[in-house]
Amino acid sequence: MRNPDQILAIVFQLTQLLLVVLAAPMLTGWVNLCQAWLQNRTGAGVMQPYRALNKLFHKDAVIADNASWLFRITPYIVFGCMWLAAAIIPIIAVDLPFSRAADVIALVGVFALARMFIALAAMDIGTSFGSMGARREMLVSFLAEPALLMVLFTASLISQSTQLTHIVETFAHHEFVLYPSLAFASVAFVMVLLAENARIPVDNPSTHLELTMIHEAMILEYSARHLALIEWAASLKLFAYISIGIALFLPHGIVGVGNWSGLPLAVGLLLAKMMLAGAGLAVLEAMMAKMRIFRAPEFLGTAFLLAVLGLLIHFLLGA
Amino acid sequence: MNHTYAPLHLTRIATAIQAWQGEIKACDLQLICHKVSSAGGRLVALWARDMRADGFMLHVLLCDERGLLCLNLPLSDNEASFPDISRIFPAACRMQRAVYDLTGIRAHKAQDQRKWLRHAAWPQGSFPLRKDFVSPPPCRGRDRVGVDMGDYPPPDHPHLNLPPYEGEEANDRSRTESGTQPQDDYPFVRVEGQGVHEIPVGPVHAGIIEPGHFRFSVVGEKVLRLEERLGYTHKGIEKRFESMSLQQGAKLAGRVSGDSTVAYAWAYAMAIESIAHLTPPDMALWLRGLFLERERIANHLGDLGYLGNDVAFSFGFAQFWILKEQVLRNNARLFGHRYLMDVIIPGGVTAGIDEAGKKILLAECELLEREVRLLQRLYENHAGVQDRFSGTGCVAPKLAAQLGLCGMAGRASGQAWDSRVQFPCAPYDKLDVQMATHSNGDVASRVMVRFDELFESVRLQRDILMNLIGGDDLAYPLEQLSANGLGIGMVEGWRGEVMVAIHTDDAGRLDRVHPHDPSWQNWPVLEHAIMGNIVPDFPLINKSFNLSYSGHDL
Repeated sequence: MRNPDQILAIVFQLTQLLLVVLAAPMLTGWVNLCQAWLQNRTGAGVMQPYRALNKLFHKDAVIADNASWLFRITPYIVFGCMWLAAAIIPIIAVDLPFSRAADVIALVGVFALARMFIALAAMDIGTSFGSMGARREMLVSFLAEPALLMVLFTASLISQSTQLTHIVETFAHHEFVLYPSLAFASVAFVMVLLAENARIPVDNPSTHLELTMIHEAMILEYSARHLALIEWAASLKLFAYISIGIALFLPHGIVGVGNWSGLPLAVGLLLAKMMLAGAGLAVLEAMMAKMRIFRAPEFLGTAFLLAVLGLLIHFLLGA
Repeated sequence: MNHTYAPLHLTRIATAIQAWQGEIKACDLQLICHKVSSAGGRLVALWARDMRADGFMLHVLLCDERGLLCLNLPLSDNEASFPDISRIFPAACRMQRAVYDLTGIRAHKAQDQRKWLRHAAWPQGSFPLRKDFVSPPPCRGRDRVGVDMGDYPPPDHPHLNLPPYEGEEANDRSRTESGTQPQDDYPFVRVEGQGVHEIPVGPVHAGIIEPGHFRFSVVGEKVLRLEERLGYTHKGIEKRFESMSLQQGAKLAGRVSGDSTVAYAWAYAMAIESIAHLTPPDMALWLRGLFLERERIANHLGDLGYLGNDVAFSFGFAQFWILKEQVLRNNARLFGHRYLMDVIIPGGVTAGIDEAGKKILLAECELLEREVRLLQRLYENHAGVQDRFSGTGCVAPKLAAQLGLCGMAGRASGQAWDSRVQFPCAPYDKLDVQMATHSNGDVASRVMVRFDELFESVRLQRDILMNLIGGDDLAYPLEQLSANGLGIGMVEGWRGEVMVAIHTDDAGRLDRVHPHDPSWQNWPVLEHAIMGNIVPDFPLINKSFNLSYSGHDL
């Protein structure tokens, strides 16, 4: 640890960790604000999620009598998983110490771990909504995961590595090349992002109709700090997913560790890309209605097909 | 008199719509109901009345294309049961159960004898709408939410020692006698089979809506059966009417179901006026029509928005609600209340309109026609929205006729009943209302009927504003009613026909007021509409009916 390079890497890692955890709710706020604008509403402003979190942290938690330790620790595990994911992804800098800990496959595993805990916790209290939500979440995620992996494999094949750091370096720091295979992969990735983050058309994050919920049904019994952590983790997850998208498809501007002069530009570009992605997400959601739940397999099947097409095109065209 | 249901002697009820009444014997009830049913008629309402010196009186209000037919069936105090008509009119089932819960007279040999409106607010064996009913003991000792009620009610309270009705579970009584609140162990129908499980929903929901319990029996996501349990918003409205003056009653009638306040207030006023033999000023009648159409416009706008919201198409939601808000603000500005509460009183109306107001409303008509036309195109061309709407929650016309589906939902299933068209009272007799019907009976049809009715209501509003002439009188004074009268008022509210029946006592005071919401007929049909659909489609189907809890639970 005496090595100044290593210390610098840790400083960069901590900067990214803090930036992500603090900025993630703002992304959610931004998406909501864009949605409000698209509906001719004024909107509550980008700071609204912080106010909501603050309110939740000041409340007393109500926990079902028959909830086990699983129910109590799940919010912390989910939050931890999402934060870890955000540490692995090169968001402002590549070659961070954490990124060596896991490649893209392990990253998908981290998301899966969080999902497993939240589904178990939903069933733990034994309400019908929890089980219903868990069952639907599993239906959606077991179809989304292969599609996501296919997208990541396409990028890995091009860069000859499953390390996100290498992928970003290949795309960002070499001469500009158009990859037709990535075009297919990017469409598939957007579809997976919508499904995995409980967005329209697969789920509706703002619904109050308990019978239609997927993600919300699983967390109905949570309150106060537990709910706050889960909401925050959901923001982190959206942030992490968009960051993966940026790393795969728009990585320009992500700096190397120790590059202080490039850092302001990296953060500025990140902000611009996030705003763009958030606005795009809001537009997509404004244009669509929620599908019947049994259309979700078709939707994710299409995503999988597109991702596989991307792979095939890579083999056929070598690009 | 053109009713030909022998053996029936009918007299005309002097009300604004065609209505007759006649006294019958118990043995003739089923026969007459059968005749009306096979002639295409249907059941509107069913209620009972305590006239203890002479026993009880059961009233069955039927309707065919000629008008309303009120059957009065006297029941002696000691038998206190009447022939079951739920086999002829399935909608009668819950009404009969409610009649037992409230007055203690039972439908003889009815298949379903479970309680309906009684939860735990009053004990088994006491009946709130009987005249000798003493103010109810809400609970004793510590109630279920943990509020210490002390020693209320006292142990010698008369309701704690009443014998249960035969056939009721004995443990219900034992709990009551031991002084704790009886548990609400309502026997739901169970569906057996491999993989079948139940999803209990409500009465407390994740969103802010009225309370109702829905018990789904499902396999995976597919609904095999839905059973509703209502009555959570029972407020004792019918009992409350008994001690009220005419004016207080008008206020309460307007609050039976807040979204239909105009319809209820008008039906109440119509019933009162029919007992008083009074016709309100022309101007008041035109204005009542205007208010009712504005209520329809506001509610249809709100529902169309909500239907968009339920399929997560929040753009439509926001746009419809902007328009609804515009209508409500114009209501507040011109008539003093956003939802037009208390603008209709017995004898007339309380709010008029001037030339400036007419201009505002005409401009609003134009805005609505333009904007709603655009939004309709948006809904109809949106693949995602149409995919959710079409074929969801189907009630075929045949089933609808069998179950007596009425009102707006009925018209979407080919049931061409609209009292503005069939029994037009002033001002509808001069307006030539066009009825909107569809025959698919799915959510999409109910959406289309709402759009059609919305445009028709805007047209009617414009017609009314053009024709709005008459004296300056908004209301005639109305103080005293004739004794022992029966008044019936029926108005086509936005949800369906809202009926209010009023009986006066020897001194011309309110003796029994029965408000009837079309939701009574339509709630049971919702159970059929969801069958075979998937669980996440229920909120959408439910919203496409948008039935009243408050108007049903009373």
